[in-house]
Amino acid sequence: MKRKILSLTLAAAVAASLAACGSSGSTSTTTAAAADTTAAGGETEAAAEEGAAETEAPAADGATWKIGAIGPLTGGTAIYGQAVVNGAELAVNEINAAGGINGYQIEYNSADDENDAEKAVNAYNSLKDWGMQMLVGTTTSNPCIAVADKTMADNMFQITPSGSAVECAANPNVFRVCFADPDQGAASAQYIGEHKLATKVAVIYDSSDVYSSGIYTKFAQEAENQGLEIVAAEAFTADSNKDFTTQLQKAKDAGAELVFLPFYYTEASLVLTQADAMGWKPMFFGCDGMDGILGVENFDTSLAEGLMLLTPFAADATDDLTVSFVTSYEEQYGGTPNQFAADSYDAVYIIKAALEDAGATPDMSVSDLCEALKTSMLNIKVDGLTGSGMTWNEAGEPNKAPKAVKIENGVYTAME
Amino acid sequence: MSFMSYLISGISLGSVYAIIALGYTMVYGIAKMLNFAHGDIIMVGGYVVFIVTSTMGMSPVVGILAAVVVCTILGVTVERVAYRPLRDASPLAVLITAIGVSYLLQNLALLLFGADTKSFTSVITMEPLKLAGGQLLISGETIVTILSGIIVMIGLTLFINKTKTGQAMLAVSEDRGAATLMGINVNKTISVTFAIGSALAAVAAVLYCSAYPALTSQTGAMPGIKAFVAAVFGGIGSIPGAMIGGILLGVIENLSKAYISSQLSDAIVFSVLIIVLLVRPTGIMGRKISEKV
Repeated sequence: MKRKILSLTLAAAVAASLAACGSSGSTSTTTAAAADTTAAGGETEAAAEEGAAETEAPAADGATWKIGAIGPLTGGTAIYGQAVVNGAELAVNEINAAGGINGYQIEYNSADDENDAEKAVNAYNSLKDWGMQMLVGTTTSNPCIAVADKTMADNMFQITPSGSAVECAANPNVFRVCFADPDQGAASAQYIGEHKLATKVAVIYDSSDVYSSGIYTKFAQEAENQGLEIVAAEAFTADSNKDFTTQLQKAKDAGAELVFLPFYYTEASLVLTQADAMGWKPMFFGCDGMDGILGVENFDTSLAEGLMLLTPFAADATDDLTVSFVTSYEEQYGGTPNQFAADSYDAVYIIKAALEDAGATPDMSVSDLCEALKTSMLNIKVDGLTGSGMTWNEAGEPNKAPKAVKIENGVYTAME
Repeated sequence: MSFMSYLISGISLGSVYAIIALGYTMVYGIAKMLNFAHGDIIMVGGYVVFIVTSTMGMSPVVGILAAVVVCTILGVTVERVAYRPLRDASPLAVLITAIGVSYLLQNLALLLFGADTKSFTSVITMEPLKLAGGQLLISGETIVTILSGIIVMIGLTLFINKTKTGQAMLAVSEDRGAATLMGINVNKTISVTFAIGSALAAVAAVLYCSAYPALTSQTGAMPGIKAFVAAVFGGIGSIPGAMIGGILLGVIENLSKAYISSQLSDAIVFSVLIIVLLVRPTGIMGRKISEKV
């Protein structure tokens, strides 16, 4: 018996370590840049945040919605967390000014997780003490996975704007606004097919990385439906990620018109350099991991000219919704909003749509609200910044038309 | 024609492995230790050139000289601080220390320069060589790397066989105890070996970063390992062996990517290595070890 317990414990430990590997492997750009998290003073700041961020006075009968947001407000990924918190606050203020949700005003509060799983759970607990009913968050993948387990235990409705690892939305109470990592593959194929960018496509992917190979698998499946012909599918690994001339030569010989690059910008900058040295100029298409290529220090951005990448939001798009969002964001917070701000802005409007569909009221318990929202999420259709006609399935994954940007004259430009 | 272009890109990758392997094999051949921090000294060299040329805007020549000076000082310091106290310890302890130094350098670079990728501007301005009516391109980096490899190879061989210090190195590599008895300062000789090895690392850094311009704190890690494999392949301790091993490794890697499977290329490279070592345990150019009874 003792031996059995021991072996079970060992099995559990192995499973836990495997799960840890999986999650670290499949984090997207959201967490990839999260090299450092400054630990000092984080918790006190999170606590101070609590009182400060409340935005709206209660409605006449005293009942209000309580929505919380979590993200890294300090540390190396602060830029993402601040965008999420600001985007959500902007949406809350707009909704309150327009009369609230089902006639009730929203109270809004945010907390810092420093992109750390443990601190994210603390942030969640302090928001729960405040009386949070629904969570917009968390921003980055690893903390999101940790918090998703807590919200499931409490049966609280959670919508993550930008947690793109598959595990982030694994629990039935968690939905997401952005595409899951591998779903970007399907979305890319769909985009290339629908916009008739090319019919002969080559793929170069990192077979040692879950993010990259996951995207490639989904891309290959969807490419068939879109009438795309994958003329070359070439791999590399983390051990040989410097020389891509052979892969490029094979793609060129196979007559590819477009090369799909589902990996991070560091390797992509080498691919672009080497293709240029070969004198080959096909179209290049990347995913969110490509976002950042213009920021590589000393990189010749003219090599990235014409590069397309799948991203949910482009601040220079000209539709009314984007223009008004960008204008009021710039007025209130300064600086151009990024995709994280757009995702969380949408998240609040998604909660609004679902609450209205459910006809819910703030006096319902957290668990009842969650059950009602889970059903309503499958009914609603939301037009947001990051996609029009967004719908959700039971797995919590969004279904929306993918958007892409193209690098023109050294800046991201929205594609029609 | 595509075979030729695969072959050329294999040679260009291999020439980079070769020039790194020269430093590995030099240090191993004389000090009889595997300096796993060699790859990371290359990374440091890359950052020095990057800072001098891109950030401070000075000419590439100054950058290369600065890299040679910094790497030489770094290599000698590492040897003095980390390896010399372990001269009589077991080879395993020295090996682990070298791995420790490697991680130390990587993390220091991460701390100093951050995690973001820096794009290295090639210091080689040579025009690519066009063959067969422009269908075959041999980049300037490849030509310079191969030429530098050959020059370094000949230079090292001459240095070891013709100079007094070189002869002292040979003596130390043959029998350290006997060399001491003959009046050779072993510590000084090994210091000189590390100085030369690290200066070679700086040259390798310039060529490697010019060919593959993405510079991060991990830049030296993988080519370091591959170059070590190349050195073993060619026969570790043998200077022409390192050159041949490096180029063969690059060619096998690229041809298996091209004609067998890009997914399996690393597996194929290492299978070839195992087979070569089964047939010739000391590598292609390795000396036969005769056991005296």
